[in-house]
Amino acid sequence: MSVETHEAVHRHEPPTSFIRKYIFSLDHKVIGIQYIILALVAVIVGMTMSVLMRMNLSWPGTNWPILGTLFPAGAPGGIMNPEFYLSLVTMHGTIMVFFVLTTAPQGGFGNYFLPIQIGAEDMAFPVLNMLSFWVTLVGFIVILAAIFASGSASTVGPIGGWTGYAPLSALGQIAGPGQGLGMNLWIISIAIFCVGSLLGALNFITTLLNMRTRGMTLMRMPLTCWAWFTTAVLALLSFPVLLGGGILLLLDRLAGTSFFIPGGLYVSGILSGTNPSFPVHTGGSPILWQHLFWFFGHPEVYIAILPGMGATSHILSTFARKPIFGYRAMVFAIFAIGLLGFFVWGHHMFISGMSPYSAMTFSILTLSIGVPSAVKTFNWLGTLWGARIRFTTAMLFAIGFVSLFVAGGITGLVLGQTSLDLPMHDTYFVTAHFHLVMGVASIFGMFAATYFWFPKVFGRFMSEGMGKIHFWITFVGVYCIFVPMHVMGIVGMPRRFSSFTEYTFLSRLHPLVVFVSIVAIITVLAQFLFYFNLIWSIFKGKKAGPNPWDATTLEWITPSPPPHDNFAGVLPTVYRGPYEFAVPGAPNDFVMQTEPETEAERTGGNGHNGHRH
Amino acid sequence: MGRALAVIIWILTLGSVSIFFVKQWWFPAAISSHAAALDRQFLITIIVVGISFTAAQVGLGYMVWKYRERPSHERAMYTHGSNRLEVIWTIVTAIIFIGLAVMGQSVWASLHFNKAPAGSFQVEVVAQQFQWNFHYAGRDGVFGRTDPSLIDDSALNFVGLDETDPSAKDDATHSVIAIPVGRPVELILRSKDVIHNFWVPQLRFKQDLVPGMAIRVHFTANQIGKYELACAELCGQLHFKMKSYMLVLPEAEHQALMALPQDQFQSRVTELLAQYPLPTY
Repeated sequence: MSVETHEAVHRHEPPTSFIRKYIFSLDHKVIGIQYIILALVAVIVGMTMSVLMRMNLSWPGTNWPILGTLFPAGAPGGIMNPEFYLSLVTMHGTIMVFFVLTTAPQGGFGNYFLPIQIGAEDMAFPVLNMLSFWVTLVGFIVILAAIFASGSASTVGPIGGWTGYAPLSALGQIAGPGQGLGMNLWIISIAIFCVGSLLGALNFITTLLNMRTRGMTLMRMPLTCWAWFTTAVLALLSFPVLLGGGILLLLDRLAGTSFFIPGGLYVSGILSGTNPSFPVHTGGSPILWQHLFWFFGHPEVYIAILPGMGATSHILSTFARKPIFGYRAMVFAIFAIGLLGFFVWGHHMFISGMSPYSAMTFSILTLSIGVPSAVKTFNWLGTLWGARIRFTTAMLFAIGFVSLFVAGGITGLVLGQTSLDLPMHDTYFVTAHFHLVMGVASIFGMFAATYFWFPKVFGRFMSEGMGKIHFWITFVGVYCIFVPMHVMGIVGMPRRFSSFTEYTFLSRLHPLVVFVSIVAIITVLAQFLFYFNLIWSIFKGKKAGPNPWDATTLEWITPSPPPHDNFAGVLPTVYRGPYEFAVPGAPNDFVMQTEPETEAERTGGNGHNGHRH
Repeated sequence: MGRALAVIIWILTLGSVSIFFVKQWWFPAAISSHAAALDRQFLITIIVVGISFTAAQVGLGYMVWKYRERPSHERAMYTHGSNRLEVIWTIVTAIIFIGLAVMGQSVWASLHFNKAPAGSFQVEVVAQQFQWNFHYAGRDGVFGRTDPSLIDDSALNFVGLDETDPSAKDDATHSVIAIPVGRPVELILRSKDVIHNFWVPQLRFKQDLVPGMAIRVHFTANQIGKYELACAELCGQLHFKMKSYMLVLPEAEHQALMALPQDQFQSRVTELLAQYPLPTY
């Protein structure tokens, strides 16, 4: 594309038909909103499931008449049965990880803001972009179908956890409730999701590499773009492995292959090969599934959190009114996390029967990944040092992200050690660790992003009053929910138990279990304030101009909401780095990326161009 | 707002750290020879974790307290960072984190890099959905031949023991594991159907049982008593009920038990289960 076409004003008008404009839209902004709506729906499903689980754990055997009415198979007589609980575990994890933590940060905010922040009119492949959303939506519909596809009379969904370990997930109905049609749909849904994410990843990478506007060098990109780019690379390299694994698993279930099923199994009273309901299997490896799954599964953790890190850096700098501390170190840290993230999957498998020597290697690599994570934390604190902090709701959530990222990430030092994994593996310590860091911290990043970019998307502010109440309850709530789970894990409470009443060593934890459930219910209820705020603010929020936060990056030079082609036909030219706040001598305390160089800067004086320091 | 946030962060930090000091909510007393070193490594790690966590949160609170926007028109500090600081904190954290990872290998190595010592007491563990089966070699110390095709749950031959094998004559199977105190124990772990996990909190030990594999692990229990044994890998509908007990017996009592024929073995285990109380928590 020549320079001339950049400069010529040729606006792209939006399509006029409702369907092309809002449904099968090629506009990355509309597709981004579609992804976010998908995540907002999915997270309600996932959250409701977590409340049902907490109710069952805290008040076992209680009759909940409404459950009996809604799920006669899963809660006969209103009392939740173990298979219903386990299907909730499975579906909560799957929906949250795939349809919330992977869609909103990347497909949602990334889609909307990556092209604008690099000064592009749209994604490189708009049709591919549309397809990636619709494929993902089909995946979501299939996973919802899995909830209601009763494999046997007494279950309501697949049972296998979000990790779907073989051979439990590979054997079919013979392995018990939750292993029938629902499990097939679960695998198919994930396979569809993989395809959608791959299409998205290709698009992100191509767009970022090829469509940056004039002057937008890589090291002038906002950290959000670095995060979305790295996330896309991780997705490109990891989702195909899961897709392949999922296809093999489906073949084991439907075509009688034996990728993950070894010979000589004796399941539910039947020896493999002696009965048509259990065909002969031989030579498969259950551990192979774990390798394939976690080769995807560990990068997936970073797919969930890197965009939150990017948004946090972006928002912290903006409301600290200060350049990001150590931009270059932040970029290297994102890369280091992404790269190391591919070499640590074995830390999920220390006690799987894998070689103890490779466990040692994975352990040392795992603790190494704490180094770039710590570097990021230090740089966030450095950004706040000497700042002039404006406590908007977006800023509160970004600060909350830093706090929760530390709280959740730091216990990786325990879990990453081979020896300490012996007592801690598959206990609530693990549940606490990954919920804080990959679940709650990522979501805090997305809350921050929502409050921050809402004025750009809708031209109106979200209510700061409601937002702050939402923040305080959620921030205190998540600490009260997940910190006690660490001590549950130390006592030895295993994950994925539908009831703790069988074991006397767990009985002393009951007060904590009840406390966590009560706080969880309160925290979940507070989220409806967020939903109300979202909808209310679209219509009634205070009007916002193009740059309501006095920010510096390209999304703030265009009207709110941006026109169909983002910059009304005139692509911006970038002259400086993304976080030029508090520049001495500048008229305002922020200098836009499009602000041309001054005479002093051009002659090589003590300029503030990018990161010359 | 900045001060309120700082105070809340500090209160949450204090609360989070305090809960780890509640003695009642700590590990149950350990009963294995490797546990002392493991508990020490856990304590060292959790102290490093606690200090790092507290330092980061107190620092974060300090920043939001001190650097909140004030009415003056003074601007924030203009800096893009410090390469020196980046190098310092990268090196310091790398030393601490990788140092911990290296320290954390010693217990692991002692358990997993060596074979079980000669003279270890061997038990074959055959897990199946929601039931533990422990196969004892009996007086001759030799396990009878087993074969999956001989498994018959309805005839209570849960491990597929070949009754025609002479060394199988004195073998016993039970859902309870009985091991001698103070003597190394080697488990040969198998599963008939899906993945299970052998988990006794007091042992500080956990290992998956993977169908198609015979995984050998070893440990030494050094406290006589009865302990709860759980499955710690999701194995299906009644996973939460896949419970049994581990009996750690005085050597003589254990030897006497192992010498009993199968029918008396069963009733003797029942007696021992009644005789030994669970630890009090």
